[in-house]
Amino acid sequence: MTATHAATLRSRRRHRTQQVGFGLLAAATLLTVVPIIFIVGLVLLRGLTAISGEFLLTFPTDGMRAGGILPAIVGTFWLTIGTAVAAVPVGIAAAIYLAEYAPDSRWTRTIRVAIINLAGVPSVVYGLFGLGLFVLFLRFGTSILAGSLTLAIMTLPVVISTTEEALRAVPSSFRVVSISLGGTHWQTVRRIVLPQALSGIMTGVVLGLERAVGETAPILFTAAAFYLPTLPTSPLDPTMALPYHLFVISTQVPGMPIGIQYGTAAVLLMFVLAMNLIATVIRSRSRAKRQW
Amino acid sequence: MPTHSAKRQTSLLALGLLLGFCACAPSPSPTNPVPAVTIVNKGSDTMVNLALAWAEAYHAARPSVNLSVTGGGSGTGIAALVNRTVDLANASRAIKPEERAEAESRGVDSIEHVVARDAIAVIVHRDNPVQQLTLQQISDIYSGKINRWSEVGGLDKPIVRLSRETNSGTHVYFLEQVLRLGNPDDRTLFAADTLLLPSSEGITTELGYNENAIGYDGLGYVTDAVRVLAIARSSQGPYTRPSAETVNNDTYPISRDLYMYSAGQAEGEILAYLQWILSPEGQAIVADLGFVPVGG
Amino acid sequence: MRTRRWSRSAYLEFAITQTIRVAGYSAVVFVFAIFAFLLAEGAPALREVPLRDLLGSRWYPIEGFYGLIPILLGTLLVTLGAALIAVPLGIATAVFIAEVAPRGLRETLKPLVEILAGLPSVLLGFLGITLLAPQLYAFLGLSTGLTAFTGALLLGWIAIPTIVSVAEDSLDAVPRTYREAALALGATRWQIIWRVTLPAARSGVLVAVMLGIGRGLGETMAVMMVTGNAAVLPTTLGSLFRPVRTMTATIAAEMGEVANGSVHYHTLFLIGIVLFLISWLVNLAAASVVFRIRTRAERVLS
Repeated sequence: MTATHAATLRSRRRHRTQQVGFGLLAAATLLTVVPIIFIVGLVLLRGLTAISGEFLLTFPTDGMRAGGILPAIVGTFWLTIGTAVAAVPVGIAAAIYLAEYAPDSRWTRTIRVAIINLAGVPSVVYGLFGLGLFVLFLRFGTSILAGSLTLAIMTLPVVISTTEEALRAVPSSFRVVSISLGGTHWQTVRRIVLPQALSGIMTGVVLGLERAVGETAPILFTAAAFYLPTLPTSPLDPTMALPYHLFVISTQVPGMPIGIQYGTAAVLLMFVLAMNLIATVIRSRSRAKRQW
Repeated sequence: MPTHSAKRQTSLLALGLLLGFCACAPSPSPTNPVPAVTIVNKGSDTMVNLALAWAEAYHAARPSVNLSVTGGGSGTGIAALVNRTVDLANASRAIKPEERAEAESRGVDSIEHVVARDAIAVIVHRDNPVQQLTLQQISDIYSGKINRWSEVGGLDKPIVRLSRETNSGTHVYFLEQVLRLGNPDDRTLFAADTLLLPSSEGITTELGYNENAIGYDGLGYVTDAVRVLAIARSSQGPYTRPSAETVNNDTYPISRDLYMYSAGQAEGEILAYLQWILSPEGQAIVADLGFVPVGG
Repeated sequence: MRTRRWSRSAYLEFAITQTIRVAGYSAVVFVFAIFAFLLAEGAPALREVPLRDLLGSRWYPIEGFYGLIPILLGTLLVTLGAALIAVPLGIATAVFIAEVAPRGLRETLKPLVEILAGLPSVLLGFLGITLLAPQLYAFLGLSTGLTAFTGALLLGWIAIPTIVSVAEDSLDAVPRTYREAALALGATRWQIIWRVTLPAARSGVLVAVMLGIGRGLGETMAVMMVTGNAAVLPTTLGSLFRPVRTMTATIAAEMGEVANGSVHYHTLFLIGIVLFLISWLVNLAAASVVFRIRTRAERVLS
């Protein structure tokens, strides 16, 4: 009787400990999540009042204190396209090599360590590298090309690692069947493995590009211009870009209306959120469709 | 004039092949006519808004000329001129001898053009009771000898020193003319705890809420959110506030010329642009933005 | 005829295989290229500036003071502050998402954390200047709102998503059977988290923390906008509430200033090398943990 009583007490105490513990965990999670909701909500609320068709489709006027932010939007668009064009083929090919071709050796381990390191290189160091290699050494000047290539190298690790994960998730039986039916190694990869892993790859690409969209430090010395009266016409032109524009108007232009600052912040945020949404949608749709 | 040389095309091609992808070019859209010429202009943050206003007005007057304007600091602009990545460098200080030498060693002859004048205002929070300072007091504040407002007739609060980054011409000018009172042998430095803000606007923003802070900015950056101090060369006075008048009659002690540098003698479109800047039309914009017109 | 077509497809196969192989090697090439480039531009600084000066306590390059110690310590101070915020919050959030939250809540929390991961640092910097700094100045009675602490707060939130997602993955990877066995022995879920799941996912959590710290080390814009950038030698913990200058902000703020090849230019690249090496060490440590897990797992499985 007393023994069971003591046991009940102990279990009740343990239960209470668990309640308190879970409460603490939930509180920490709230601390993490509430600021996110707050930031997104605040920027969108304050920004949306400033956003209009005119704001999105016209050039800045009056020393950027009025008018729209079209060149920054277009610039970010081109930089993102350029980054994708450069990073996606190389990244996917590298991931195919690691997942489908590479023997498990000291050398592939070196490649993996290199990728992890590439992921950890500070963005401003990429900026230094891009300035040295693309802007000065290869003489691209401050240009969309130089900026895109710099961002592309920064994006590679994300694309490589997510793609590799997606490829490895494809069951090996698929490959065995394809090979035994007489498919070559590349045919197997191209016709069987890649299609199966496509959504995983897309998710990785979108998330990688999402970071590139918001980065300022790498384009600071490689692509960004404070103000341009016309849209860029070639990859060798400098360009305005949303993140750099936000930096400029929040730190360098006197008497800047707060509406334009929040409007720009909101457009940048919507770019990022849209990419996030795309990635999430692809992921959930592919999970629903998965055949194994 | 940065051109798209064959050399650049080849290196581009080589890199494309090297990385195994084609850098597809965004084609110019039909609604966006290609301008005949682009003038690349970079440098002083103090001048960036002025340069921008000029560029906007000039482009409106001559749509065939495209102007790309970037800030980054006077040193940035001159470095870019030396590296041949810009046509015109904006500088809020004269080019340094070593910069000139560096330029010459690369075959760039930097030609100076004075395009406007500027007064540097010393500014504090709106509610700071301090009205005036001598140059010596400002020097002592920024070098760390004076650390509380009570020592210069204010409240008993710590002084937070705000400055521009070291790459700004304003910073260099302030160091030479205010901290060192124009004495070239003086080795006084900013106190290590001076906040170096990446831009003029950063100083104005901080002064908008911080009652302890003191900062300096080109007159064009001063807004109603801060208060401008009257300054004297000595404690006998006269204490004057910066304006076009006090700058031109030399009673306000902290003013300077603003420059544009061209690589070699300016010619063609660049020369035309510089002439327009010095015309009454260009100088009217100078006055509009709170700077001081030249030759006026 | 047929043989020729076969040989063409064989040739194509060969070409594609080689292309893929080259792309696979590219990551190594890039890391090597970045390091070689930094070295080429930064090493001259070691020749031009005496080591005693580099280890000096004053950074004021336009007058020839190249002491790296204040900005090195500034970076470490801000990163440490960020870690103190991000590590407990990040791990707790990961545990909550992986072990406690009901399924529906889990599916809302994960995208939210991903949104945080995607927030551009310049956006956080902007909010830091306009909202956070004035608030901190008012509430904490600081002499200015632009301090190491302001930077650490922003950095903490920038590092959290990395920590949460990596830690959550490794908690997820702990076999369900472990938890079931512990439940069968009469343990509560709380005890299981502390005595079974977390210890089993120990290395993954460690990697999460290191990657998060690495992310913080390299952050530039947000930090440059809110730390005040004063190159003070931070000596006490009180320095956390005063302005500091970090290495990344120093590069971003000063890089354009110098013509190629000057001492200052080389020194900025030297800072780049230091940053690269620190992030490299952090990542190498993380990688070695990862490989240790792998090999252990492989041993167990074989």
